[in-house]
Amino acid sequence: MPDIRPRIETEKLTAMYGKFTAVKGVSLAFSPNQVHALIGPSGCGKSTFLRALNRMHEVTPGGWITGRVLLDGMDIYAPRVNVMELRRRVGMVFQRPTPFPTMSIYDNVAAGLRLDGRRPAGEMDQIVERSLQQAALWNEVKDRLDESAIALSGGQQQRLCIARTLAPSPQVILLDEPTASLDPQGTQRIEELLFQLKHEFTIIIVTHNMQQAARVSDTTTFFYLGTMVETGSTEQIFTAPANEQTEAYITGRFG
Amino acid sequence: MVGIMAATVILAVLPLLFILLNLIAKGAGSINWAFFVETPAPAGQSGGGVGHAVVGTLIIVGMACLMGLPIGVGAGIYSAEYPANRLARLARFVADVMNGTPSIVVGVFAWTVIVANQKHFSALAGSVALAMLLIPMVMRTTEEMVKLVPNSLREAALALGYPRWRTSLRVVLRTALPGIVTGSLLAIARIAGETAPLLFTALGSQFFSINPTQPIAALPLVVFTYATGPYEEWHRLAWATALVLIIVVLVLSLAARIATRQRFTPNA
Repeated sequence: MPDIRPRIETEKLTAMYGKFTAVKGVSLAFSPNQVHALIGPSGCGKSTFLRALNRMHEVTPGGWITGRVLLDGMDIYAPRVNVMELRRRVGMVFQRPTPFPTMSIYDNVAAGLRLDGRRPAGEMDQIVERSLQQAALWNEVKDRLDESAIALSGGQQQRLCIARTLAPSPQVILLDEPTASLDPQGTQRIEELLFQLKHEFTIIIVTHNMQQAARVSDTTTFFYLGTMVETGSTEQIFTAPANEQTEAYITGRFG
Repeated sequence: MVGIMAATVILAVLPLLFILLNLIAKGAGSINWAFFVETPAPAGQSGGGVGHAVVGTLIIVGMACLMGLPIGVGAGIYSAEYPANRLARLARFVADVMNGTPSIVVGVFAWTVIVANQKHFSALAGSVALAMLLIPMVMRTTEEMVKLVPNSLREAALALGYPRWRTSLRVVLRTALPGIVTGSLLAIARIAGETAPLLFTALGSQFFSINPTQPIAALPLVVFTYATGPYEEWHRLAWATALVLIIVVLVLSLAARIATRQRFTPNA
């Protein structure tokens, strides 16, 4: 790993649903401007871990954590932290595209921006265009920004959701199996996008698809039964895993 | 077997058809411009209309909506967004009981609380009675519609940094709105035809009035009073008024269907 301070760091992070422990004491560091992949079989805690990084885990009834999560060295679970502001710094894209059905394409992208007060219309237009361009969607929708977002295809909807996440200029983007509901073409476009986005953002992606992790990420972390089994550079994890379970999983012997 | 079921379907729609045809036959002839703008002619004379009751019903139902819709919609959103909350569970239970309460009981209650205290009948008392019928209906439909909004939309808004209340209003409520409008229109259609709660509250009147603190006429009360009255002219007006009432209900139901149609546009 490069010798710079991590953007996000977890210290003995344990995430619970009521009495059930989904993530057990995971300590990890994610350096900026890289794509970090979290892999593991269903129910291994990788999504729960991801959701703890922008405090979405606590939205689920019964969700709570112990341990610490540091964003640029600041504990995001400290009592004085404004959760709404935190989520604008750590954006999230979900498994299924979730455009707001009552809003136009433009309003979907602008939705997060409108939270921090009025902006001049010109500035808003600029940010919406920039975000759609970053999400590689601008050329497809620039002539129909006023149309409903649900008229778009699944892949376009997911890129719209990425644009919506990018608009408030977050530092970190969390993606929870963002291509799980897309066809191969839509998947490929999103993967290409991640290469572009990592120049500006820190990206953490949960994926079921090992080829995807191998293709897009710089580091890979393997989760199993709520514990972090192994973490390292993607090349190392996929060519010379240190742990037997990791090897068994990436060679397809279980999971 | 199919034949028997088809027969039951016909039996089910027959009453509405029969009522409608009967009302048209007896009432349609009396409906003209004067019917909507004039007050009843003095007893024994022909002509006149129920304009005072048209205005009265608009005022009573309008005030009931002003009171009932915000409360019903607000309670419905709360109850759906915090379903496990104790207050929400209590509200759901009370709303179910209220939905089953005979409307005349609500009328008696409004009489005790408002009319008996103020020592006179009033349009406002009628509105309060109708609002009490409106609130539980609107609350329950709002709740059902809000529950249909996928949780993924709430999470998407929260993950963007929306506070809870703003998520409920900007995303959840707006997504559920067509369904809520439909439910509200049907509920308004129901209370617009209610007679019993108005008997001891709005009372009825022979004159034009827009004063909410005074007794006021209403279409269902006109039907009730005139249909049981001694004059042929009154019966004529009662038939026509009944026809107008059923048309109002039909129009509101049709409007509700049109509003619903939007809800079935493809959704994520």
